[in-house]
Amino acid sequence: MTNKDYIDIFSRFNGEEGDLIPLLQEIQEKFGYISEEAIKNISRFLKISENQIFGVASFYSQFKFIESGKYTIKVCMGTACHVRGSLNILDEFRRNLHVEADETTDDKLFTLETVNCVGACALGPIVIFSGDYHGQMKIKIVRELLEKYKSKNEKESETAV
Amino acid sequence: MKNGISIRQLEEIRAGISQTREKDKPCITVCSGTGCHAQGCGEIVRAFREEIRKLDIEESVDIRTTGCHGFCERGPIVVIYPEGIFYEKLKIKNVAEVVSETIVNKRIIDRLLFVDPVTKKKIVHEKDVPFYKKQKRVVFGNNGLIDPTDIKDYIAVGGYQALVKAFRDMTPEEVIAEIKVSGLRGRGGAGFPTGRKWADCRGTISDTKYLICNADEGDPGAFMDRSLLEGNPHSVIEGMIIGAYAIGASVGVIYVRMEYPLAVKHIKIALKKAREYGLLGKSVLKSDFRFDIHVFQGAGAFVSGEETSMMASIEGRRSFPRPRPPFPTQSGLWGKPTTINNVETWANVTHIIAKGADWYSKIGTRDSKGTKIFSLVGKINNTGLVEVPMGITLRQIIYEIGGGIKNKKKFKAVQTGGPSGGCIPENMIDLPIDYETLAEAGSIMGSGGMIVMDEDTCMVDVALYFLKFTQEESCGKCVPCRIGTVKMVEILTRITEGKGEEGDIERLENLARTIKTLSLCGLGQTAPNPVLTTLRYFRPEYLSHVKEKHCPAAVCKELFEYRIIPEKCTGCQQCVKVCPTDAITGAKAELHILDPLKCIKCRACYEICRFDAIVGDAVHHQVQTENL
Repeated sequence: MTNKDYIDIFSRFNGEEGDLIPLLQEIQEKFGYISEEAIKNISRFLKISENQIFGVASFYSQFKFIESGKYTIKVCMGTACHVRGSLNILDEFRRNLHVEADETTDDKLFTLETVNCVGACALGPIVIFSGDYHGQMKIKIVRELLEKYKSKNEKESETAV
Repeated sequence: MKNGISIRQLEEIRAGISQTREKDKPCITVCSGTGCHAQGCGEIVRAFREEIRKLDIEESVDIRTTGCHGFCERGPIVVIYPEGIFYEKLKIKNVAEVVSETIVNKRIIDRLLFVDPVTKKKIVHEKDVPFYKKQKRVVFGNNGLIDPTDIKDYIAVGGYQALVKAFRDMTPEEVIAEIKVSGLRGRGGAGFPTGRKWADCRGTISDTKYLICNADEGDPGAFMDRSLLEGNPHSVIEGMIIGAYAIGASVGVIYVRMEYPLAVKHIKIALKKAREYGLLGKSVLKSDFRFDIHVFQGAGAFVSGEETSMMASIEGRRSFPRPRPPFPTQSGLWGKPTTINNVETWANVTHIIAKGADWYSKIGTRDSKGTKIFSLVGKINNTGLVEVPMGITLRQIIYEIGGGIKNKKKFKAVQTGGPSGGCIPENMIDLPIDYETLAEAGSIMGSGGMIVMDEDTCMVDVALYFLKFTQEESCGKCVPCRIGTVKMVEILTRITEGKGEEGDIERLENLARTIKTLSLCGLGQTAPNPVLTTLRYFRPEYLSHVKEKHCPAAVCKELFEYRIIPEKCTGCQQCVKVCPTDAITGAKAELHILDPLKCIKCRACYEICRFDAIVGDAVHHQVQTENL
């Protein structure tokens, strides 16, 4: 992330206190997470202490401070999904990926996350795999999905070579 | 249109649209809410366009991607107008046939129709589907008819007529009086009279006033606000402009949660269009009234749904609530008088002004007027969004609209009001739904989540689920909520793990009372409700967890084990294949054996068995080892 990137983003704001959250959102949208450098730059721009910025950013679950894997898996933990067994779906992902929620696999391929509710309750249990909604999830589909994305990644890296 | 339009020009545009639109022209509407999106409606729309182009009938057929129809379970949903033919679960391979048969030859394709689960009869028209028949779709009525990204569609069905009426025929005071007479109460859950809130805000003298639309629909299991913003954003915007006119606000904010990308997209398109038409901006409908709306995306904190926290969030701070008074109507956003209402409330305003308070107040009960949208989800046959008049019973919603419980299981409870609400048991499902009755039952109306639970749901687990949620979402400002919920989670976790002690239930009740009484904001004050209601109605289930160390619903993993019933097992090997830990063994057509020591209780075998041969029993082997 270069200085120009920050200037680009900052130029769209007035530099008021109320800009903080939208600013953090834009930076995360562009770079995937909020780095220490980003917080320093925001601090200079908005004239608020780094401490306060980190305090705000860490309060909200949207903001991440480390880089995510290539594919993000969001398991919905809403009530409708819960009573339809979303915990078992999450467990199956944990078992297969050997990570806990909010962790990334060692090969940086998958990040496992939980979300409170995505509002697609009629289709529960629901998993958003790399942006795609998968409704009425079953335990046996977990492995199928992981295999699908693993081979997708292999193909992509082959063509990249 | 550069400088906006006047009232007269708006009416001319409306007349123009209806002239160019032929009433009998076939129109294929494809539901494009998040639910149908997840089921592939995007490709369906593309396939329809392709097919119509191929047959060269583009001139004689319209295709419209509409807002959510509410019947998400049956998506992708396609309705063909003018007849209103309802096709469910449509697949790409059906598209060509629908065009050639239904559009060209005017024939109905039987096998794509909805089958009534009760009578087994096929139903042709959307309005006859039982799911819709018992509903009263006032706020939701136009969702399935209009393309939410096209302001002309909204104008064609009478959109912005309410605004014109308010502007031309009513003073701000008269608008407020109309809302007061209608009896509208806040749809966010607490049910505060909307007209009174507006009058307070109007009465506060200030150079600037704000107006907020609360679309931070945080209750898990609720998605009506999402659906309204996605499906009919202009109806919310129109309500907000009317509200701004009534209280004298110049700036509006729609605070929408980031988990709803499609809603954000549609609302932004709608705001842009409204500005182009001069419905927002420096002079609304060429009058001297100035008002504009911005979108603020929440960053994922449940507490932001509380009004004072929401304002803190917009101001760039942590979402901490603060004590009231002063109420936001006196000192709200940036210290200015602010009116904050929920999405559904704003949409109701539009209809009340358009059709009058008298019409509106005839719907509903004495103290709860109008309709309410519920998201009917969980273990129910017809999941989706339902809009019903206040005063309808839970039984009518669950059985007549919802079509009863999934997989012929037994109904156990219905949870309303999200993490702030409670569970209502079977013997109370004839209660009429209104703000007061639900409160008396220990629950709340809430924003409208309605989660149906069957015999496979453990009520202790549900209570723990909600409490974990509120504990994680507690902002940490006040001690009763911050520490109290942690302690309650500890006790409940202990109970679900079979380590519950004598006196734990009493400890829970004690803590619950303290947290309810002493917490600063609504989050803490209502957090114990799920525990208190389950204790009130399902106490034996708690006792069974604590004393017998058994989870009767077979959910709490330490308190049951799976067993195969020999008489029911057919040896089909489905469970053997699906088991991730090879805990089940057995040859084809022979009795299968389940090794409880290998079993991780992932439920995969229970889900897949078609013969009910797998049951969750009390734990035997642990009890035996303990006895040694």
